Amino acid sequence: MSDAATASQALDAGSRAELARAWSDPPTLKGWVCTLDHKAIGRRFIVTALLFFFAGGVLGGLMRHQLSAPGKTLVGPDLYDQVFSMHGTTMMFLFAVPVMQGVALYLVPLMIGTRNTAFPRMSACSYWIYLIGGLTLFAGFAGGAGADAGWFSYVPLAGPQYGFGKRSDFWNVLVNFTEAMGLMVATDLATTILKMRAPGMSLLRMPLFAWATLVSSIMIIFAMPTVMLGANLVQFDRMAGTHFFNPAEGGDVLLWQHMFWYFGHPEVYFIFVPALGMISAIIPTFARRPMFGHQAIVLSLISTGFLSFGLWVHHMYATNVPELGKSFFTAMSFMIAIPSAVQLFCWIATIAGGRLLLRAPMLFIVGFFATLMIGGLTGIMLGAVPLDLQVHDTYFVVAHLHYVLIGGALFPLFGAVYYWFPKVYGRLLDERLARWHFWLLFIGFNVAFFPLHILGLHGMPRRIYTYTADTGWGPLNYVSWVGAMVEDASMALFVFNIVRALWKGRAAGHDPWNAPTLEWAAASPPAAYNFEQIPVVASREPLWSPRTDGPRHVTGLSTTFREGLVTTVLDAVPDVRYMYPTPSAWPVVAAFSVGFWLVWSIFSNKGMLIGLIPPTIAFIAWYWPTREDASAEIELEKRP
Amino acid sequence: MSDALDAAGPQAAWIARLWWISLWLCVAVFIGVMGALCWALWRSHRTAAAGGDAPARKDRALRILVGCATLLSSVLLVGLLEVSVLTDRALARLPGKDAVAIHVIAHQWWWEMVYQDPRADHVFSTANELVIPVGRPVVVTLEADDVIHSFWVPNLHGKKDLIPGRTSTIAFRADRPGRFVGRCAEFCGVQHAFMAYDVVAMPPDGYAAWVQHERSAAPEPQAAAAMRGRELFLTGSCMLCHAVQGTSAQGRRGPDLTHFASRAHIGAGSVANTPEALARWIEDPQKLKPGANMPSHFLPPADLAALVAYLETLT
Repeated sequence: MSDAATASQALDAGSRAELARAWSDPPTLKGWVCTLDHKAIGRRFIVTALLFFFAGGVLGGLMRHQLSAPGKTLVGPDLYDQVFSMHGTTMMFLFAVPVMQGVALYLVPLMIGTRNTAFPRMSACSYWIYLIGGLTLFAGFAGGAGADAGWFSYVPLAGPQYGFGKRSDFWNVLVNFTEAMGLMVATDLATTILKMRAPGMSLLRMPLFAWATLVSSIMIIFAMPTVMLGANLVQFDRMAGTHFFNPAEGGDVLLWQHMFWYFGHPEVYFIFVPALGMISAIIPTFARRPMFGHQAIVLSLISTGFLSFGLWVHHMYATNVPELGKSFFTAMSFMIAIPSAVQLFCWIATIAGGRLLLRAPMLFIVGFFATLMIGGLTGIMLGAVPLDLQVHDTYFVVAHLHYVLIGGALFPLFGAVYYWFPKVYGRLLDERLARWHFWLLFIGFNVAFFPLHILGLHGMPRRIYTYTADTGWGPLNYVSWVGAMVEDASMALFVFNIVRALWKGRAAGHDPWNAPTLEWAAASPPAAYNFEQIPVVASREPLWSPRTDGPRHVTGLSTTFREGLVTTVLDAVPDVRYMYPTPSAWPVVAAFSVGFWLVWSIFSNKGMLIGLIPPTIAFIAWYWPTREDASAEIELEKRP
Repeated sequence: MSDALDAAGPQAAWIARLWWISLWLCVAVFIGVMGALCWALWRSHRTAAAGGDAPARKDRALRILVGCATLLSSVLLVGLLEVSVLTDRALARLPGKDAVAIHVIAHQWWWEMVYQDPRADHVFSTANELVIPVGRPVVVTLEADDVIHSFWVPNLHGKKDLIPGRTSTIAFRADRPGRFVGRCAEFCGVQHAFMAYDVVAMPPDGYAAWVQHERSAAPEPQAAAAMRGRELFLTGSCMLCHAVQGTSAQGRRGPDLTHFASRAHIGAGSVANTPEALARWIEDPQKLKPGANMPSHFLPPADLAALVAYLETLT
């Protein structure tokens, strides 16, 4: 056990029991539902997102099966349109963003040495909003009203004239759900990272994963409102007869594309940036040395965040946007490759200068390098206007985006699961099964998606439910289907490994990898209060080089109330003491009333207005100060 | 069939050239980075196997390497940007002299091609078929009737969207005769999969003859069955949506059928244009192309045969 770890475990038994009492939830259903523990909320996000991931995966497999030979009739055109729209929407809105936020919710407070996130009630509320939104979308699909205009939901196809039934309404409202979720969690995370770091953890000493989370959270805060606004404008067009997107009445069809991609492109990056953070957390541990070029990586993350807002038009090269303007977006698309390249080079340098320990998490990172390189390079091709004009909206792009998202986000995510699972559940995953999982996924993925590049060049457009034999696309689609089945097998192994580990995995101990960051100083699984005492940090790798002079942990915080420490933004100097909110049913009630309102608004204009009343009441009740909270604070004032 | 790299004209050739340049550049970069990764893994593994404690601090050498690699990437990207912009410029500089002007209107889920001419009576329209002369530039004006579609002939040029409320143009040239496939590339609803058109590049004299023929009205049917078919066409529901020049059928909802029999496919690429397929199509288009806007017509067999016979005379 390293010094920092011992230091953080140094409370007498009485205080420890008090602390546990203050932070634990009552073992009742209400305690479980209303919990404010960032670890429980994070776990819920991750598990729910993985379930949506499997649902989306089944839809993807269905598409590969349908296309595996010309003229197949497994699904008809109408169902196929819903299937691919639901696949994209599920993967982007219900899996990729929430899972990254869930991992961050779990890890960030542990990594930066605090007891909880800054606004735990907001995160608790956002989980239920996310769950209700996702279930609403799937309920619509089950009832024949699955979104059918693609995950990009272009007008006029999704507008009042061509979007039939309630399908696009379900999609638009889902956007409201997930954006509310995304914004709340992002605000919580950004505030936590900026204001709740352990004393001494200046921005320069902050772990790279926290940096990545900070950057992606700020990106979410800037990007999500545009699509939320856009979706609501479409909804006004559909429900109230406005003409924002109707050219016949002076509206503009392209406006939607600008609004969507102004969010949509940064979205790819706020899925990718947390994955970069995971990689930067895993590599030093398995290279057994501090990260090479830590500051260069921080600057790269920040510049990626900025540049990602200047790329959106490269999704619109085929529209009649002015030609000269397009070249600017080519330049931006190329420029964003540079910060990614810098990070890639720094990671390679870290490995080169370290002592390799090739375990499952590291294996997935190596897989990430190979696949992301291909996705990134085809991305550069797509940034060039003339090439994009040929391959845009073809299977080449399908291949590209899966290489980026599976290679760039899913491989690191699996690496992260293998890396942090022992922390979360206190048990180790099986290494041999992990290796099988990796190789099957790696081979299956490449077999499934590499041929799609060629199909795109051979003129196969995206989003077609079938094709004729004379196109010559049959054989490669068949190969792709075989690859997809191998991928499915790898997922089954993954699930099996997790179930097996939960059931009879070896105990992990608090730091199985001898890792450098603070989360490994907490117990596995961590106690409700995370750390018995808030650590004091003096380096970037607090577990490798703990503080040698002065106190190693904060003393004097209350053990009977949920009290924490707010520190300054730049240097993490202790600033004020902070009373964390206590569990309350209102965030959950608020989430359900928001859900009720949004679902009602799908069907009725009245619902959009009257339905607002319950959430308003719930939010007011949520913030209503209670006597217990006030008296606790007064008591702490008197007796610090 | 269609292949973006098998260029039949200067535009596609420019893009294919850019493709090969970027492909080889990307392959080189990929091999370089993967090589560096393998070297790093090997070196790191060796250090670990040697059992040494903390590795010797050789960060200086690494720093220089990383700096050089970053610089090299930036230089390559600037180079590629230059090539891309130059290609873009070349694409915009197709000489427009003696251009053929065609107006293309996209519908859910078929294409209307209107061949422009200063003389109003020389304007004619065809459907799901784009015949162009070899060696002359073609300027296509694009409009969408309902939702967004995209015009794309991989062998000739990249794509251009057809957006409701906006008019755009695309210019290209075929340098060799041949048959190519064009497809809608923007998701446009339930039959996006079958919204293709045949592109036929003809030598100039063949093209001139084709234009001459297309301008003419439909030939008078001679056989009794065909005459009966025309009567059915003009008195039934066909004429509500379709036009046949030289008759009273002037519907504009569906394709102009004046020279229907000369076209290669039915239903925008759904099936090859044979009499049997045509009979099946008229009877129940929903079976061949579910969701298409043409309703089913369950006619008595004799009427159906007569209608097919008439449509087959529309060469």
